[in-house]
Amino acid sequence: MGLESIYTQILTEHNNSNRNKHHIDSPTAVLKGVNPSCGDEIELELREKDGMIEDAAFTGIGCAISQASASIMIDLIKGKTKEEALRLANLFFGMIKNEVKDEAELEDLDEAVALKDISHMPARVKCAVLGWHTLEDAINGEQKPE
Amino acid sequence: MNPYLNDFPVLGEKRDGKRLVYLDNAATTQKPLSVIQAVDEYYRRSNANPHRGLYELSIRATKMYEDARESVRAFINAGKACEVLFTRNASESLNLVAYSYGMNFIHEGDEIALPVSEHHSNLLPWQMVAKAKGAKLVYLYPDSCGRLPERELNKIGPKTALVAVAHVSNVLGTVYPVQEIVRRAHAVGAVVVLDCAQSIPHYPVDVKKLDVDFAAFSGHKMLAPMGIGVLYGKEELLNQMPPFLTGGEMIEYVSEQNATFAPLPQKFEAGTQNVGGAVGLSAAIDYMKKVGYDTIIKTEEDLLAYALDGMAKIPHVTVYGDTKAGEQRCGVISFNVDGVHPHDVSSILDSDGVAIRAGHHCAQPLMKYLGVNATCRASLYFYNTREDIDVFLASLKKVRGWLGLGT
Repeated sequence: MGLESIYTQILTEHNNSNRNKHHIDSPTAVLKGVNPSCGDEIELELREKDGMIEDAAFTGIGCAISQASASIMIDLIKGKTKEEALRLANLFFGMIKNEVKDEAELEDLDEAVALKDISHMPARVKCAVLGWHTLEDAINGEQKPE
Repeated sequence: MNPYLNDFPVLGEKRDGKRLVYLDNAATTQKPLSVIQAVDEYYRRSNANPHRGLYELSIRATKMYEDARESVRAFINAGKACEVLFTRNASESLNLVAYSYGMNFIHEGDEIALPVSEHHSNLLPWQMVAKAKGAKLVYLYPDSCGRLPERELNKIGPKTALVAVAHVSNVLGTVYPVQEIVRRAHAVGAVVVLDCAQSIPHYPVDVKKLDVDFAAFSGHKMLAPMGIGVLYGKEELLNQMPPFLTGGEMIEYVSEQNATFAPLPQKFEAGTQNVGGAVGLSAAIDYMKKVGYDTIIKTEEDLLAYALDGMAKIPHVTVYGDTKAGEQRCGVISFNVDGVHPHDVSSILDSDGVAIRAGHHCAQPLMKYLGVNATCRASLYFYNTREDIDVFLASLKKVRGWLGLGT
């Protein structure tokens, strides 16, 4: 597996910029996501209004793949409805599990398509999906123990 | 050319044209052909349920299993073969001590002392005992070189009932002063549980000389197959302890309401045991004796000094614990690259065929104490070479570049 298709410019830019890594004002949902195999954890904050995700950001620590993936996700879900965000999350899981390969279908994932080749790196799949699983749980209102 | 390299089939393999540079020996070692063949031979020619059958094949399996026990006894210089119990691994050995000794001989208000650097396998069983019995866990904190200073050792005091300690830290590579710890523990009537999973592959372990009460290790970290481990325990302690697991093979007599148990070591070996694994462990011991601890120590010291020197010359690399090779330092190197998560370092090194570990190394309290979330870990064995280290260092130099950071 070539590193070129993993550590792409999109990934390193998101990882290095910290643009979406901060707290937001008056979040309506705050949820922690943990990758127990490495101890990495992120905290996702969402502010919902009338079923729309008005603002979102995350904090925490993790590898370049988990951080960039979460950042790309934030860009993607801001301004979308909860249902649309969940659909995108499922599409992302489909891509990472190599179940959805059709490029036209994946177009809605925009920059997240840059993470497509992680489907060939089984050891890093958990890193890529950390933010997205946290989003899924946050929208579905699941509470995770501290 | 390392003379042992050809004995290890996996180390000669190339993947995508790259030779495997295996630097994850603290997790598990590769297996020499003689071990693989011994296990193969056992299953081809001698397999039967030991201790049960009265026919020739079962008698042969029993003999091979008991010969393996004797081989372990001699290797760690235990007094009697019945003080050597076979388990699955060090974790199971330590759990046996916690459930069978800890739950019966640790009482409310007692203290259990342990370095904060302990692997979860020598920490969680004691956390369980402490919670169940109302005992207190007292942690000893290493200094910046990974050593335990006097003031920390002084925490072993009148209330201490048990000291759990690794011979060698699986993260920092520190060799802990076991004899000094045992002296202090015994002076206050406490027992010492030694986790030598990280030491016995590299240093001789003499349980009589160390005078530890229990010692645990895994076969797979010392060339043997996975699934076979050892618990050494002093006979008088093992005799006082109730069985850990009950069932077949470990009884003397069973009635509807009561049972009496077999003598040592069968009392602690319920169910059919891993004879193939024990045979493999015995073959691993034979191989290690052929190489010799002197050679193992000398080779690893040279590689460790060479690696630490090379790493010191790479900017943005931080090594945890002692940054100099020496007698109190084993070939385990935990490090981080500024601005790059250990997962990414490991993936990048992997693309050059270099296998290292990344994560918390089953030592989360130590990670918290060091103020890091995770580290990378390169760990050596005597079959590694300076060429391996060169490939590792060259790959390490490139890491930050991949992440769009300055080198």
